[in-house]
Amino acid sequence: MLKTLQQILKTGIVTAAPPAPADELRVREALESRIREVLGRALCIREVDAGSCNGCELEIHALGNPVYSIESLGIRFVASPRHADLLLVTGPVSRHMEVALRRTYDATPDPKLVVAVGDCGACGGIFGSGYASCGAVSNVIPVDVVVPGCPPSPTRILSGILAAISKSPTDSTGRPGQ
Amino acid sequence: MHLVVDPVEWRALAQDIAAAGGRLLALWGTNRVGQCDTLHAVAIAPPRVISMSIAIADGTQQYPGVEDVFPSASRMQRAVFDLCGLRSTEQDTRPWLRHAAWPVDAFPLAADPMPSSLPSPIDDYAFVRVEGDGVHEIAVGPVHAGIIEPGHFRFSVVGEKVLRLEERLGYVHKGIERRFTELPILDGHRLAARVSGDSGVAYAWSYCQALERMTGTTVPPRASWLRALALELERIANHLGDLGALGNDAGFAFGLAQFSRLKEHLLRATEQALGQRYLLDLVVPGGTRNDLAPAGATVLDEYLAQLTDEVTVLRGIYEEHTGLRDRFAGAGAVLPELAAWIGLVGLAGRASGQTLDLRVDAACAPYDELAVRRCTRQDGDVLARVTLRFDELAESVRLLRRILRAMPSGEHAVAVPVPEPGAVGVGLIEAWRGPVVTGLEAGPDGTILRCHPQDPSWHNWPALEHAVIGNIVPDFPLINKSFNLSYSGHDL
Repeated sequence: MLKTLQQILKTGIVTAAPPAPADELRVREALESRIREVLGRALCIREVDAGSCNGCELEIHALGNPVYSIESLGIRFVASPRHADLLLVTGPVSRHMEVALRRTYDATPDPKLVVAVGDCGACGGIFGSGYASCGAVSNVIPVDVVVPGCPPSPTRILSGILAAISKSPTDSTGRPGQ
Repeated sequence: MHLVVDPVEWRALAQDIAAAGGRLLALWGTNRVGQCDTLHAVAIAPPRVISMSIAIADGTQQYPGVEDVFPSASRMQRAVFDLCGLRSTEQDTRPWLRHAAWPVDAFPLAADPMPSSLPSPIDDYAFVRVEGDGVHEIAVGPVHAGIIEPGHFRFSVVGEKVLRLEERLGYVHKGIERRFTELPILDGHRLAARVSGDSGVAYAWSYCQALERMTGTTVPPRASWLRALALELERIANHLGDLGALGNDAGFAFGLAQFSRLKEHLLRATEQALGQRYLLDLVVPGGTRNDLAPAGATVLDEYLAQLTDEVTVLRGIYEEHTGLRDRFAGAGAVLPELAAWIGLVGLAGRASGQTLDLRVDAACAPYDELAVRRCTRQDGDVLARVTLRFDELAESVRLLRRILRAMPSGEHAVAVPVPEPGAVGVGLIEAWRGPVVTGLEAGPDGTILRCHPQDPSWHNWPALEHAVIGNIVPDFPLINKSFNLSYSGHDL
């Protein structure tokens, strides 16, 4: 226990001092204030791997590390689409995931946002479309924002989430509208 | 060595290889109009790597199965049927990679074009039912609760104890093997790197190795050392991620915060040194896309020094934490005898006493000069897989230091000629998860006639079904994470 506490104290807060502060901090600050403004509370995200190579998932995971510290911005990854405001979807959408993705979308309460992550989510990427691939996420469900990249950096993904929130008009309850 | 055998000889050969303690590493089929149907296999009985072509008699489209000799062959044989229409004699004829995205009588690697009217993408898979008082089923997936790849798990449980787990995979089948045939052979490494994005270096290297062998290309020394640098960085990145996630799954969020911080710093150092956080585009035919940045060696050296100090402290904390040990020890055990029978490979295999490591047993340059120290554990439980990750991480740091010190100078790439039609090559690379094997066959005018990458997860997914028997359902995420198998690499 003592060693654990020592390590925690020694590590300190790494979030405030990322090695390349400019990009990271601007995105983080903008995102945080926009989430408060638009939602007035936390943004809940459900991540759906609809056929990805797992590369995008690694960078989405990185959002949770202490450097990006996405939870400190009020963004949480939730276990059910029924709890989600936003779907973060990676692709290409495989034919075998098409129905699961549609059902996940339908289970997400309105109003909802969809961010397609990665070159494959954006346009099918190197996998394209074929007998087993539907290609872009927008071929299966409506998409608000795409974040190209292979894989896109965590900062780019944060920017994409910010773009989705900023794009969304608000209704009287302060929740994003369709 | 390469052997051409008939189906009867194939079974006998498989039995000989198994009797000699060998392993089946890959199995795939080719079925083309106007050509003899062929089954292909790659096996290893250290130090020998054996690749085999099994010609199947005209019109029968059937061959003897070897699932009784190599249990992991079962799902591969089912996949060969789904994709090529060649059927083994095995009794389990359920589809494996095909759900309902294409009809049962259309074979993506044989038919051209595929039928355009596709059936409903919902199908009914015949899971094995467990009967008895108080037995019920828990169905999980394909969309999971966390940020992980999709797959379906069907648990049969009594109370919270798992009686049986049956996996259903194939959800992220994207048609990669057919897609390869649409790409120029000198460009296929880009798709190979994305078969499983967490092992991009290993897959691209395995593909390029197959291509370089079929064209007789000698890669410059500096290029292979750069590739090894990238492969060991990839290994460390994944081990750091897993060590954090394993702590977290056992309720120790501190571990996730610490290890994910170390991983982030590694990715940034990697980007500074080699140009990308994840090196999906570094390995290209004939060498590497770019050289180490001028300050790259210094950046990596400094990072490795910091990493060594921090991991030493964190390993001490993990080892002394009674709560963690309580969750890790004894959970999800696959004992060496079972592991040997199933044919467990890679990291999970070495945690269950299976020594195979291609960096030692089929060492390509520069591993033949690096003298990799093989790491193994015997207990086969979550604790053994955690400990092995610490051991291998330390060994990779040692290798990286050696690579950075002894990196030869010179070119980092040479041109690769377009291979002759019909040329074949096999690539074998020890990825962080286990052996990645690529079978490649050239078509006319620089096309790919056939490319089959085999992920180590094919051998290890069946072991997970054994590992959870008798454990409690809440321990499944921890056990599953301790294997951390690939879905995309498996589903293709």
